Amino acid sequence: MGNALIYLTLLAYFGATALWLGFFLAQREKLCAGGVWLLGIGLGLHTLELIIRTWAAGYLPVATFGQALLVSAWALVAAFLFLYWRSPIKVLGALCAPLAALMVSGTLILPQGQVSVSPALQSLWLTVHISLALLGNAALCLAFLGGIFYLVQQRQLKAKRFGFFYRRLPSLEQLDALNYWCLTIGFPLLTGGIISGSLYAQRTLGKFWSWDPKEVLTLIAWLIYAVLLHERLMVGWRGRRAALLAICGFLVLVATFVGANLWFSGYHSFANFIKQP
Amino acid sequence: MNLVLLGLNHKTAPVALREKLAGFLGDLTAAYENLQARPELGECILFSTCNRVEALSVTEEPEGAVQQLRALFSGQGRIPPAELDEALYFHRDRDAVLHLFRVASSLDSLVVGEPQILGQIKEAFRQAAARQATGPILNRLLHKTFSVAKRVRRETGIGDHAVSIAYAAVTLGRKIFGSLAGKTAVLVGAGEMAELALEHLKSDGVGRIIIANRTLERGRQLAQRFGGEAVSLEELEDQLLHGDIIISSTGSPQHLLTREQVKGVMRRRKHKPLFFIDIAVPRDLDPAINDLDNVYLYNIDDLKEVVESNWQRRQQEAVKAERLVTEETLKFLDWLETLAVYPTIISLKEKADRICEAELDKTLKQLGPLTEEQRQVLEVLTHSITQKLLHDPILFLKGHHHPQRPVRDLDVVRRLFNLDLDSQPPSPEEE
Repeated sequence: MGNALIYLTLLAYFGATALWLGFFLAQREKLCAGGVWLLGIGLGLHTLELIIRTWAAGYLPVATFGQALLVSAWALVAAFLFLYWRSPIKVLGALCAPLAALMVSGTLILPQGQVSVSPALQSLWLTVHISLALLGNAALCLAFLGGIFYLVQQRQLKAKRFGFFYRRLPSLEQLDALNYWCLTIGFPLLTGGIISGSLYAQRTLGKFWSWDPKEVLTLIAWLIYAVLLHERLMVGWRGRRAALLAICGFLVLVATFVGANLWFSGYHSFANFIKQP
Repeated sequence: MNLVLLGLNHKTAPVALREKLAGFLGDLTAAYENLQARPELGECILFSTCNRVEALSVTEEPEGAVQQLRALFSGQGRIPPAELDEALYFHRDRDAVLHLFRVASSLDSLVVGEPQILGQIKEAFRQAAARQATGPILNRLLHKTFSVAKRVRRETGIGDHAVSIAYAAVTLGRKIFGSLAGKTAVLVGAGEMAELALEHLKSDGVGRIIIANRTLERGRQLAQRFGGEAVSLEELEDQLLHGDIIISSTGSPQHLLTREQVKGVMRRRKHKPLFFIDIAVPRDLDPAINDLDNVYLYNIDDLKEVVESNWQRRQQEAVKAERLVTEETLKFLDWLETLAVYPTIISLKEKADRICEAELDKTLKQLGPLTEEQRQVLEVLTHSITQKLLHDPILFLKGHHHPQRPVRDLDVVRRLFNLDLDSQPPSPEEE
């Protein structure tokens, strides 16, 4: 099995998780710094693994749920490290690292095996469509995690009860800035993902939009984010409402990613990507 | 060698006595000259802050040293002995080290966990070192003290929780705004506590300060003091557009601002967060303001509650800190004991070297001419015999850290090897 790389990646992510949770509890800077390094190493291995897979298949392999999870985890870690480099919100790692570790674990648990993908789906267009969508998801996922922190911190400040989290979570302003920053990056990426997908659908299926469940849910999420961005820029919405909308939007995105494949069927379902024998 | 510490602090002495002492010990040059002139006192250092006056000395004669220090504290009879003895405490060796560590870690402070004390001790050390009053032991002890205090601060939450109302307001502000730099504070009315809070905010980087007062004249005075601008109270609602932190403490019998007013302002200021601190009794601000999004209202009772719970937390952390300090005290005493052992080890080695050389000389004379190589072989032989012989006694000396044992062991070793007679210059009839 050529899975050694992916196990090493997983090991690095779980190691980073342990360090980051340790940082969250003990508040030692060294643990956080170690967590960043381990995540960085994990991302390097992860990238290598994806390159090898892409090279072997000739296209970015995202035809099964497991494969898509692997790419999503990569996007999440990459987005987190980029954010960390720009404006470090350290505690975010305590959510990101375990999430990435779980997603990679999911890849390993879910049935993998060799699948052959119908030739219509082996195009560069599709790689672009999926990359944009998943990177957008990753950025909006960070907004979601930041939103959770915001609500927790805001509740404590409003109720004037300062518990375990008060000292460990960053200021409201920082969390709100995270929300805005992720939105301005995630929203254009998501939009790009939708547009590239619909152009490709026009080329292959002859129509831009087919009201497939995944498309409908994505559209709902896109609308939520569009409202949020508009209100932020025009009316100055921020804080709790922004956090709530970011959380709602991301839950819809998760539903599109997971639910649309498990509960509904449409041409976006993973089951349909695999060539029927 | 003993450590003695004599002093008084806010718990044992009234402020009048502390003032008097600080007065005549304030002239450090004179005080240190006085101390250094007394032969009983070896290394010494003086600490004098508004809450404590203490002297620490390394001495060979602890009883005499205590008398000398007491004389210094009485200021040649300026303070009646009865009054002084009632206030003075006295610690020796282990307790002196423990006391110093506790003081520097702010466990003995009026406000447990306050950060200034470490800086004051550092300054005291600088003063003492500049006058060559300290030596190897106090230098080591003080450096250890600094690192212990830092360790306590790092590993316990003793300094983490704000325990004054003004500072509690600042830490809350930081959790809302991140950094206070570039934010605008509006002071409504005036009052001691409000001004204190404003001072804290200013030292924390608040950019602009606006003072709204019923009487513009008083407002102008305050504005001048804080480097801000004065406006009239009628403009308050407009000032909310620019302000981020509003401290209110007027004597107004009814609310100055209602929920509806603030709601309107929030829309105009694009929902940028507002932090209200209502110190006034009766309250200036409608409590319902806190229900608005992005608005945080704390009144005096809320802040008191924050301070109260922080106090409890500090007390809990102080227990951890006490453990750390005790641990570090034991470590330092270990070092001190090995230090006591060194002179003996050195004289043991010197004696061995002297015997080696004398015996080698005699043997070489008897053997007649030898090659350089042969000479060296003989030298190595004698040295390794004595070294191996001394190895165990030295380990025995270094390895015993029980507080009472080393003194006795030292005595045994010194007598066994007859070291104390040897330290005198060898008499002529010695071979």
